[in-house]
Parts: sequence; structure tokens; C-alpha cells
Amino acid sequence: MDNIKLTIDHKEVSVPKGTTILKAAREIGIDIPTLCHFELAGMNIHNHPGGCRICVVEVEGRRNLAPACVTECMDGMVVKTNSIRVLNSRRTVLELILSDHPADCLVCAKSGNCELQALAIRFGVREIPFQGEQSSYKVEVSPSIVRDMNKCVMCRRCETMCNDFQTVGALSAIERGFPAVVSTAFNQKLSYSNCTFCGQCVAVCPVGALVEVDHTPKIIRAISDEKKTVVVQVAPAVRVALGEEFGMKPGSIVTGKLTAALKALGFDYVFDTDWSADLTIMEEGTELIDRLTRHLKGDKDVKLPLLTSCCPAWVNFFEYHFPDLKEIPSTAKSPQQMFGAIAKSFFADKIGVKREDMIVVSVMPCLAKKYECARDEFKVNGNPDVDFSISTRELATLIKQANIDFNSLEETPFDSPLGESTGAAVIFGTTGGVIEAAVRTAYEVITKKQLPKIDFTELRGLEGVRSATIDVDGLPLNIGIAHGLSNARRLLNDIKEGKSQFHAIEVMACPGGCIDGGGQPLHHGNSDIIKARWEAIYEADRNMPVRKSHENPSIKEIYKDFLGEPCGHKSHELLHTHYFDKAKVIEIKLD
Amino acid sequence: MEKIKSLADLKKKREDLQSAISIREQSENIQVKVAMATCGIASGAKHVMEVIMNECNKRNIPATVTQTGCMGYCYAEPTVEVTKPGQKPVVFGYITPLKAEELVAKYFAGNEMLDTVIPVNYEKVEL
Amino acid sequence: MENNYKQIRIALRNCGFINPENIEDYIARNGYAALASVLETNNPQATIEAIKKSGLRGRGGGGFPTGVKWEIASKNHADQKYVFCNADEGDPGAFMDRSILEGDPHSVLEAMAINGFCIGANKGLIYIRAEYPLAIERLLIAIKQAEEVGALGQNIFGTGFNFDIELRYGAGAFVCGEETALIHSMEGDRGEPTFKPPFPAQEGYLKKPTNVNNVETFANIPVIILKGWEWFAAIGTEKSKGTKVFALAGKINNVGLIEVPMGITLREVIYEIGNGIKDDKNFKAVQTGGPSGGCLTEKFLDTPIDYDNLIAAGSMMGSGGMIVMDEDDCMVSVAKFYLDFTVEESCGKCAPCRIGNKRLYELLDKITEGKGNMEDLDQLKNLSKVIKDTALCGLGQTSPNPVLSTIENFWEEYVAHVNEKKCPAGQCKALKSYIIDPDLCIGCTACARACPVGAIKGEKKMPHEINQNTCIKCGACMEKCKFNAISIK
Repeated sequence: MDNIKLTIDHKEVSVPKGTTILKAAREIGIDIPTLCHFELAGMNIHNHPGGCRICVVEVEGRRNLAPACVTECMDGMVVKTNSIRVLNSRRTVLELILSDHPADCLVCAKSGNCELQALAIRFGVREIPFQGEQSSYKVEVSPSIVRDMNKCVMCRRCETMCNDFQTVGALSAIERGFPAVVSTAFNQKLSYSNCTFCGQCVAVCPVGALVEVDHTPKIIRAISDEKKTVVVQVAPAVRVALGEEFGMKPGSIVTGKLTAALKALGFDYVFDTDWSADLTIMEEGTELIDRLTRHLKGDKDVKLPLLTSCCPAWVNFFEYHFPDLKEIPSTAKSPQQMFGAIAKSFFADKIGVKREDMIVVSVMPCLAKKYECARDEFKVNGNPDVDFSISTRELATLIKQANIDFNSLEETPFDSPLGESTGAAVIFGTTGGVIEAAVRTAYEVITKKQLPKIDFTELRGLEGVRSATIDVDGLPLNIGIAHGLSNARRLLNDIKEGKSQFHAIEVMACPGGCIDGGGQPLHHGNSDIIKARWEAIYEADRNMPVRKSHENPSIKEIYKDFLGEPCGHKSHELLHTHYFDKAKVIEIKLD
Repeated sequence: MEKIKSLADLKKKREDLQSAISIREQSENIQVKVAMATCGIASGAKHVMEVIMNECNKRNIPATVTQTGCMGYCYAEPTVEVTKPGQKPVVFGYITPLKAEELVAKYFAGNEMLDTVIPVNYEKVEL
Repeated sequence: MENNYKQIRIALRNCGFINPENIEDYIARNGYAALASVLETNNPQATIEAIKKSGLRGRGGGGFPTGVKWEIASKNHADQKYVFCNADEGDPGAFMDRSILEGDPHSVLEAMAINGFCIGANKGLIYIRAEYPLAIERLLIAIKQAEEVGALGQNIFGTGFNFDIELRYGAGAFVCGEETALIHSMEGDRGEPTFKPPFPAQEGYLKKPTNVNNVETFANIPVIILKGWEWFAAIGTEKSKGTKVFALAGKINNVGLIEVPMGITLREVIYEIGNGIKDDKNFKAVQTGGPSGGCLTEKFLDTPIDYDNLIAAGSMMGSGGMIVMDEDDCMVSVAKFYLDFTVEESCGKCAPCRIGNKRLYELLDKITEGKGNMEDLDQLKNLSKVIKDTALCGLGQTSPNPVLSTIENFWEEYVAHVNEKKCPAGQCKALKSYIIDPDLCIGCTACARACPVGAIKGEKKMPHEINQNTCIKCGACMEKCKFNAISIK
């Protein structure tokens, strides 16, 4: 393609046609500030409404200033990014935004991580010259997400995630002029909307308008309660991201330090969600084999493809948008909930603790997990299998306030018996991992032969929709993978129209899967961070001595001692669930 | 109206309509147009139209009363244009229902002008 | 021109003459003859060329050359193109488009079909405010009749050309008059503007090339075709051809809808067509261009009105609202009035418009309340310039114009509000006080009895006094006083 030559701040630059001024400037080291602009390279996520006007630059011959983020370079263009006119306008616009933003940085969840705060620091703002009305909206606390729209800067990133990437459509701009704000339809509570609580809005919010519900005080209280036995489980994706909160480079695997930190925090038992991920494979894999076998025998009633069910945002999504397909997903609970169910039955009995005296905490990369553990079907007499789910970010806060020097912690193993896991479990943390783990087991169970190679690289990658056909000893197994609910929607529509050729489909709601869940350390649009976590997940898999779920000794044992067989009676009672038609639940409640 | 099937058809149709109009204009009927855009209607033009029709009926004055769009004289709504046979059109402003009775009595029946005549102040493009 | 009339009716040629609900009236006056001629000639490029040469510029406010717009849309190849008519008229006090649609709907339909033929579109959509029920009704009747006679629909006049027109109703958002916002609204999305390029002529409705023209622009098209571009181009000034319809309003005797040739002076419009200022007061300013425009003062009374002169004078043509102000109008309040409108009508997408205009309004409010200082005036100026420079769409980029133009032309009025805490026009409530002259007051008690808040005290037959803290400045006392003892200070 033709290259274009232009001058930015007296420097010549040559860029391909179609390049924005912002990108061209960054290529030559001129960092034009932005606020609303957001991209996740390689994930097909773009938000450039050109709304904040922080990135304005002067283009010679143009009447007004141009937003660098959406203005394409033209041949011979002369751009100034730091003229007095630009600097004055940019500062004034920033002051305007600040004049309608609560100045409560001291107690804001995003303090220190806020892109607006960073701009104020960068511009050395000492006072806000504009006084006047401030937006006033009710703060909403949903099961997963706190919405404080008084802090909203109308960057519309959340809208892009919710509408374009997830096709959920829970959030969009309402009202106009000064009261304009991003909200739900009819300004309802999120809980009344069809929000899946995927938390991607939180992951991209530049300010503290959308943050996670903070459970850390409850955790501290539970740990300090001597009558309670507090059990913690940690999801696979947490171990490849937590290090970032302590200055480590993205992709650092911190499993041992993480375990040590949790012990130092005073948890009574430090277990691993990877253990129950292996358990999930046993159940879901058996379900897949069962459906496949019946299908091959000509059973017309068998529901295929099997859809994975470990992502709670995805579960919410099909319950809201595709309730007529609710018989298709696997009935296996998610690893978080399987863990809770076993911890509060098998393990509580084993250590002689009453269910009510046990608190199960999960550390998750996810905000939908907060909603999931509060679902009624995961409670026994009102007592939830998992009491609290906290995000990777919340765990980091807990560690920091407990004076724990994370970097110097001695690596410590998980406790037994719910701490032993395989490489198949750790890859649950990224897109394609669950189905790869299931295939590793299904292959060996079906063929009764050993896998020629464990790594199914054909199932890996970060493209939104992927597919592969696995040769299971002559039987072609068609696998579909989607991350991002917009991609899942495409596959679901195919199923609805009878066009789907897949036997099994894995869906994760978040970009890249759990590694970029709504509860992970903020990446601020840097997709290299996500790629580093992704690579770390597979490195962690390679490092494991056992890499197939059905070979996990501890899993074998629990089937022998307690559960009986996969998908057996006890399994169904503890490890399987059912889904609801929630399409009708959306109603307008005025308050 | 029938479908116009060709360009020649349109031309013929136009000529027919134009001659029909000139016949109408040469008739003994008084041509009355009441400005009935939103502005006129808001000022009571519908009522005015009724009054004019009733008064003409009562007095047996042959008149064709039609609606038309805004004449532009917002300050003087409702406005009515009257064309008496063989005469130039005259626009009257401020035609309240009461004034409408007066208009029919004085100008339609006799040839007495009202004091609310709006003089023509524009040129109009003729196609 | 053979006579001395100040007005020429081109766009309004049929308004007030034909029955808008009868297509026969329209056809009898050479209606659809322009479409027929274009179809017969069968040379879209030549028609576009004629529109270009006529010098017709967009009447919605921007003044972009119409023929050039058509040309761009015609050159962008696509399987589907659209013709849009922007009937989202929303300037305060403006009703040009409504009058055309109510008085002569077919002229717009005909022009849209011509446009469709020229750019290769067979689908037309009219975006009209739902608050215009009569215009909608008459348009629907007109479309139905045009379809019945074969002037719209399939195989128009047997030539093989197809063109359909549908209506879409706007919910009354001013910003939807901006073409990208209009298109988003038509697509069922939030009525918000997006960055241009791409322009609608490249990528518009449903990502297809879309030509958007205003009602009045379309109403000129059949005339240009039938009378020839030379005829049209002979009217007006060098760069602004033809006529412009204005809605004349405010403190003027003959309030109404006028159509004048470009190049006419404000003096002719106000004193000859408008018959001067009401109650023989003094002319102070005229606001053109609505909330995006500015105030023109006495010194511009003899400036020929056209697109470029108005911009040079600190205002703009806009869609055609023209509001006349007299000596009793406070210019700070006028600016505040328009800002109130833009604050209400901003879509909220970009920060300068969403927050900046709000702050501008608050500053103006502070000044009219007598609480402003000179620093506020500096801030007013800087903020206005920044909003103009940084806002996303035309609405935001022009919203500070009323402030900038009143500051430019009536600086001393701002200073009086701020320094002397006085409103020279006596309009700002907070800055005026009613005073009883003890020499003229005879103590008749009429004022005290009229005062709704009991602010006037005094013995019978003794001079009365107004308690300024209680007074609500309603003016009831002044109306009642027969001795001219009460005045405003």
C-alpha cells in the first residue's frame, strides 16, 4: 500500500495510508495523550468515539483542532501536537472533565491505576478553574460490579465491550447533554438487565466508574473468626497474572509465592481450583463421551454439540439470550462450584467441621464468579458452597495491607487433598484450554490408548473463533472454540439454524479467556500483557509432571473413596447443575 | 387520478389540468384559498373556512373554497386569498371568524374592501 | 427583475397557492415536469453539472455546494445508494421547512426523485420531526398520490426508473439535524454524530453512499432544472446564488416567512419587508443562524446577506431563523438563552460540548445574577474558543458563537453586569430594583395593595418605600402607579 509522508512536530514520518495521526506520532516517540481511545490489538477490540478530545492536535490549514485518534494522516500534512493552542485546549478540556468528576481519589478503587488521574498528574493540574453542577447518579452495587456513574467520563469503552465484543447490550448511553451517561435500558439496575457480569466493562474502564464489588473486609473478618475454618481455592489464571501487581513482568508464574501468601494471610487450607478443574474434565469429558457414543449409535435425541459450562458469564449469556438451547451445554458445574461442593461435603466431613463453620473463598480472575457463587442452586439450606469470590486484584490488596513482601516469599506447595492438579487443569485459564484438557482425557478413555502427543496446538490461539478436527483413532471429533460472546453468538446461531458441524464447543466470555478476566490486573489496552499470560499458561502446563486430568492421583482417589464413578449418582448430586430460562426475567422496576 | 404511463402522458395530463383550471377561473365562482399550514390552523383557519362556506351558502354566493399552505404573513394569520371573477387575487389578513362574515358580506357580496388587505410584496417564479 | 419587490419566491413558489393535498394542483403548475425532463434527457451527469453551475448551496446551514455533494455520491459506486431529506428543523423560531412541507410537499418529493436518478439511488427517506404532524400527514398524502399517478414507485412515467420514498420520524433531538447523527438515528442507533470522514456521500446509511439535503435545498431543484442554471445563477451574489427563506421573528412588526434573494441587506429585510421594529423602539441586533449563529448589530445593517458575509460578520446563515432584538433585550441574557438551548440539545458525546457548554451557561447565569467578575469574562472567552476548536460536530463547534458575538459587539454590556452590577437593558431580574420617588409618591397605597409579597410599606398619604430584600421584581407596583413615581434602577 502507498505510504504517506507528513510532518509531526517538525519530524518527518512516513506511514501507510489509513494510519491515524495518533499512531503515526507514537511511531516516532511522540506520545499524544488519550482518554477515551482504547484498543486491544489482535482481539478485534476498538473503541474510538473521538469523544474526550484530549488527543486534539493542530493540523495546518484546518479550521479547528483535529482529534489525533480518528484523523487519518494525509500526504504533506503538517501536524503540531504541542503548540500553545493545542496545549491550552487540551488542558481546558481536561479541566472540564475534572470539573464534573468527584475529587475523591483518596478513597477510589482505581486510585493509582486511573487514567484520568494519570492525565491530571501529567498536566500538573493544581486547581480546577470551573465550578458548577456535578453529575449526580445513584451508586449501584450489583452482585459483581459497583457502578458509580458520577465518575463516568463517557469514554464509551464499556459500551464497546458490552455491545460489540459481547453483544450483550446491557450498557449504552442514555440521556443527552450534561446528564448523558452510560447506563442500562430505562436506567434499571444491572441485576434487572441482561448483564452477564463478565466484568469486561470493569476491565476497560479508565476511571473508577465501574469496579468490582470489594469482598476483602469480609475475608479478613472470616479469617480472624476462630470458629470458622476458612478454605481458599485459586483459579488457574490467577497464578500467571498476580505477579504484575507486585512489579513482576507480565507472564511471571507465581504459584508457589501465591500459596505462601495465602498461608501468610491466615487461610486454614490453601487449595487449588485446578484440582476441581481436573474433576470437571472427568465429569464433562464423560458427558461428552456418552453423548458421542449415543450419537454414533444413531440416537437422534442426543444433544450435540456439547457446550462447555465453566464460564459463568457464558452461562448467564445463554440463559438470557438463547434459553431455547439450555439443554445443550454440559450440566457439569464450573470448577469453582465443584470445589465448593466437595469442600463443604467430603472435605468438611473428613476434617470434622460442620458445613456452617466452614467458609470457602475463591480467588478468581473473574467478576462473574461473584455472581455465580451467589446463585441459589449452589446453596444448601441457604448456605453457599462458595461463600466469597474475590478477584486477583482484591487478593493483591489483601496481601499488600497484610505487610507481606510478596517478592521474597518462599515457594510453598498447595495443601492436600484438594491441591493436587495436572497440566490439563492449568490450561483452563485460557481460551481453548478446557476443550484441550477434555480431548486429552476423552481420547485416552475412548481409544484406551496413550496419546501420541499431549499438546493439541491446533486448539490454541487467540483468534475469536477457532475450529479443529481431532482424529480420535479414526473418529473425527469436530471442535469449535470461541472467546468473546459475540463470537459465541455466531456459533450459537449456527446451532439454532442446524448448520453446526461441531461435536463440542468451548466458550469463554473474556478476550483470551480467563487470563484477561474482569478481575485480573488492569492491562490498560496492552495486549502484550495478555499474550504473556497466555504463554505462561502453557509453560505452567509443560512444567507439570502429570498433564492429563484422569491421571491425577487425587482425583482417582476421590472417585474411589467418595464419588464412585464420573456422572454417577453422587456426582450428579454434587457436581452437576441445570439452567434456567431467564429471557422472561428482564422486567422494568422503577425505584 | 389515473396512472401516468409516459412522459407524453404527463404533458397531456398537465395541459388538461391547466385548461380545467382556466375554465374554473373564468367561471362565475369566487375562488377562495384559506392558508392552512400549522400557523394558520393554530390561529383558527379551520373555523374561518367553515364560516366562509356557511356564509356563502346562506347568501347563495357561488364560491370554491380550498385550503392552501402558508402564505408567509404570520403576523396577520388567519389569511385568506380571494379571487373574484375577472379580478386580481386579493389577500386579506387578520380574518377572525367574525371578520370572515364581514369579508363575505362586504367583499364577496358587494365590492367593498376590508382594511386588512395585505399588499403583494414579492415576485413569484412561474414555471 | 421588472418590479421593485424585495422578495422572490422560488422555494416557496407554490406555498399559499396550491392545495398541498391535491397532486393535480401541483402537476398543473408544471409539477413533476422537472423530473420528466431529467428522465427524458437521461443524462445524470449533465443534470449534476447544471446543479453545480447553478451555484446552489445547502440551505440547512452549512452552505456546502449541492451539486458537488451529488457528484461525490454519484461517483461512489455501490449496489445500493440513498437519498435523504433532512427535515429535522429545530432552530428556535425557525419554520421554513415545515412551511414548505405543509404547503408544497411534492416539490420535495420530485427533487428527491431527481436526486435519486442522478446519483443512482432508488430509495429516498425523509427524516422528519414527529412534532410536525401536519407536515407528516401532507407528506404521506403526497407520497400516496405520487405513487398512484406513477410519479414515484416502479417504472416512473414509463421510463423504467424506480424510486420509493419513506418517512422516518425523529424524536425531536436538535443534534439529529447533523447528518451523521441523523443517519445513526435512522439506523435505530443513538442520535449521535461521528467523525467525518467518512462523509455520508461515501459511507452513509447502512454504510452505503447517501446524499443528505435539506428540505429547502430540494425545493429549489425543480426550478433550477426548468428555468435553467443560468437563470438561477443570475440571482444572488458571487458565491451565494438564488434566494433564502427566512423566518422573521422577534421585535419586528411583520413577523413571517420571507424569501429574499441572496445579497439583500438586513436593513431592507427589517425595515421594508418586516416593516420596522415594534413600538418604534430602537433596533439593537439581529440573530441569524439560530443557536449556532451570532448577533449582527447596526453596523451590519447594510451588509449584503450571503453565506460568506455572515460568517465574516461573526454569524452564519444557518437554516434561516432571523430574530430581531430591540433596546429592551439584554445581550447577556440572549447568549444565555441560546446556551440553555445547546446545553439541552447536546448529545453528550464529546466533553467540550457536554461539559463545556454547561460551564459556559453557568458562567453566563452567574453574570446575569450579578455575581460575575472580570475573570469570569476571561474564562468565558477562553472556554468559548476552546469549545469551538475541540468539539466533535457542528453543534458543539458553533455553540459558543452567540457568546463570542455578543462579547464582540456588546462588551460594555457584559462589563456593566460584572463591574457595576447593572443590566443596561433592564432585563436581568437580579440586577434591577424598583424605586419609589418620594417627591412623586402621594401615598395612595395602590402599589402596596398590588404588591403580592407585601414588600411596600408606608403611611397613607405619605411617600411609600419598597423593601428591596422582599421585593420579587414582578413590576406589579409600577403598573398600578398612576403618578410615575416608581422607576427601575
